[in-house]
Amino acid sequence: MRHLLSCADLDLSTATGILDLAEEMQQVQSRPVKKLPALRGRTIVNIFFEDSTRTRTSFEIAGKWLSADTINVSAKGSSVSKGESLRDTMLTLDAMGVDCFVIRHSSSGAAAQVASWVRAQVVNAGDGQHEHPTQALLDAYAMRQHFRTVGAEGFAGKKIAIVGDLLHSRVVRSNVLLQHTLGGEVVLVAPPTLLPTGVENWGCQISDDLDPVLGEADIVMMLRVQRERMAGGFFPTEREYTARFGLTEERLAAMKPDAAICHPGPMNRGVEISSAAADAANSLVLDQVAAGVAIRMSVLYHLLGSDEGAVH
Amino acid sequence: MTTTPTDLLITGATLADGSRSDLYLSGGLIADPASAPAGVERFDADGLLALPGLVDLHTHLREPGREDAETVDSGTAAAARGGFTCVHAMANTNPVTDTAEAAEYVAGLGQREGHCEVRVVGAITKGLAGEELAELGLMANSGARVRVFSDDGRCVGDSQLMRRALSYVRSFDGVVAQHSQDTQLAGPGACCHESEWSGRLGLPGWPSQAESIIVARDVQLAELTDSRVHVCHVSTAESVDIVRWAKKRGIKVTAEATPHHLLLDTPLVAGYDTTFKVNPPLRTSEHLEAVREALADGTIDIVGTDHAPHARQDKDHPFDVALPGMIGLEQALSVVMEVMVNTGRMDWPTVVERMSSAPARIGQVAGQGRPLAVGEPANLVLVDPSARAVVDRDASRSRSRNNPYHGRELPDPVVMTIWKGAATYRR
Repeated sequence: MRHLLSCADLDLSTATGILDLAEEMQQVQSRPVKKLPALRGRTIVNIFFEDSTRTRTSFEIAGKWLSADTINVSAKGSSVSKGESLRDTMLTLDAMGVDCFVIRHSSSGAAAQVASWVRAQVVNAGDGQHEHPTQALLDAYAMRQHFRTVGAEGFAGKKIAIVGDLLHSRVVRSNVLLQHTLGGEVVLVAPPTLLPTGVENWGCQISDDLDPVLGEADIVMMLRVQRERMAGGFFPTEREYTARFGLTEERLAAMKPDAAICHPGPMNRGVEISSAAADAANSLVLDQVAAGVAIRMSVLYHLLGSDEGAVH
Repeated sequence: MTTTPTDLLITGATLADGSRSDLYLSGGLIADPASAPAGVERFDADGLLALPGLVDLHTHLREPGREDAETVDSGTAAAARGGFTCVHAMANTNPVTDTAEAAEYVAGLGQREGHCEVRVVGAITKGLAGEELAELGLMANSGARVRVFSDDGRCVGDSQLMRRALSYVRSFDGVVAQHSQDTQLAGPGACCHESEWSGRLGLPGWPSQAESIIVARDVQLAELTDSRVHVCHVSTAESVDIVRWAKKRGIKVTAEATPHHLLLDTPLVAGYDTTFKVNPPLRTSEHLEAVREALADGTIDIVGTDHAPHARQDKDHPFDVALPGMIGLEQALSVVMEVMVNTGRMDWPTVVERMSSAPARIGQVAGQGRPLAVGEPANLVLVDPSARAVVDRDASRSRSRNNPYHGRELPDPVVMTIWKGAATYRR
């Protein structure tokens, strides 16, 4: 694998391989000395054109625990405002001999564009409203662990409801693609104004009514709803949104007994998710965060750990 | 550019109607071949078509303001390469062409630097701001004799202002050329046809109705004012239906299709290559089909290139930020041949009508779009209908490289372009 730009790049054996290796990586995390020498001498630049504490930190820790030289570049503010094109910014860093860019950008497609320009390998750490593949992988990791604790193996036959602002979400696009590969069944729940055009061809069940879905879902993934969407006329008020699409305490009680709750964060408690649900025993929110480092170690190792795809 | 007409006898050319003729060019006019002196320079056009020089109603020459992207010199050289003997320079330069002085400046550049005739398009509103009318009458009366007015790149959104513009230009038989885009429905971020592709790619969509809603409004305003409206770059099936309805009703509407909206479709943006970012966006195949059919049946009157050169640094940005637009002068006829002629949808007389006569009529350009007959101006293009080539963006005469046809094999028809009796391009 040369780049990780989209979950469409992952076939079943690669996706499963990343999840399996992440389990080994997570075991390393319980050791007193966490560092592995796997990527010694490799240079990873985390370049974030958009703030993201948790994603940037977990990539940084992942790189360090694999002994790579990890450098964080904050490039907030569009390159246009600095008078430099994205291409020039990236070629400048590439010329310094970087092995891998981990890139976050507010524009869809930025990671793919960068991959077409630079010599280094590229990991998409979230591009606009397009994709966030490592988030979908860590979601799958946390789900797989949960399924095991309730005595199930694998994703086949599992129903994963993804609820909220699907139109502007990169998490949903990556999750739909990855779950198609892994065998999970995705149900998308959103007000019609927040459904992407053409979503009916994504191979998912679609609903604008959360309640009937709740009784069937094995995983309920709540997406953050941004307040500025209200100004855009996507829904009338927060109150109405919560009443129709929020995981309230009442809805928490209506979930299947073995079902679990996911949220990619950051959460708007009281809007799309109640505190009762966020902190519930079956909430995987912190497991997702914990899985983040292991998944990113696994992804970096898959990309950089072999000579295949390496350029320097 | 001052061209010196040379006397030339073109022998054995085939005209658009299929007849064969010798053409004697003398003193910038077409003369009787029988009057050609014995020693005159001859050009053997056996197997070549001779067509009236092409006329583009929609060209961005970028001068003044962005001479790094294009100049009158480079843009008209590209036009000549494409078989054009006349272009209309759009008003969205810096400064904007919204006064008589600005219009005369561009017209003067055209006279000094142009490799074809440069007609000036005036802005509809001051600074293209969509708020107050520009000095339409003074531009019309100026040395530039402006007849086409457009805020192209931006839509005149205010219905009252659009009505006033239409009413006002009627007194000098001007035409208002509209960039049809409802900017609420397709806001500034909209950078991709709203479709399954925009949904998957996470790109803000531009629904086809954001175009047709404005077209529907404007044809009704043209009826209300009994004035002429021209719909720039029609890209959707809905707009085609509305123009067809309006024409049936006798409304004075003309419409234009770009080469790229005839050939290129939405999936090309899947790799986020900003070369394919254009406004209106590349549409899906059913829209392309509707535009082709409308160009064939005359619902769409003309091909306009919307040649929109951009410097590389303005395209090397994320897709939603990069400037929209693609160049098209050099490949316009190639695309029309590929999509319309070689498929049997259009014959050569219709190509002449759509790419020369009709645009000259709409722009009221005397001496362009004329038949190749004795006494007419010697503006013509010699075409080899069988030549093909792979498009190389670096072989362009344009200063810009945002060529969406790069790497594609297309007809490469233009053998020679002659403007006012002088060759402006020769293979």
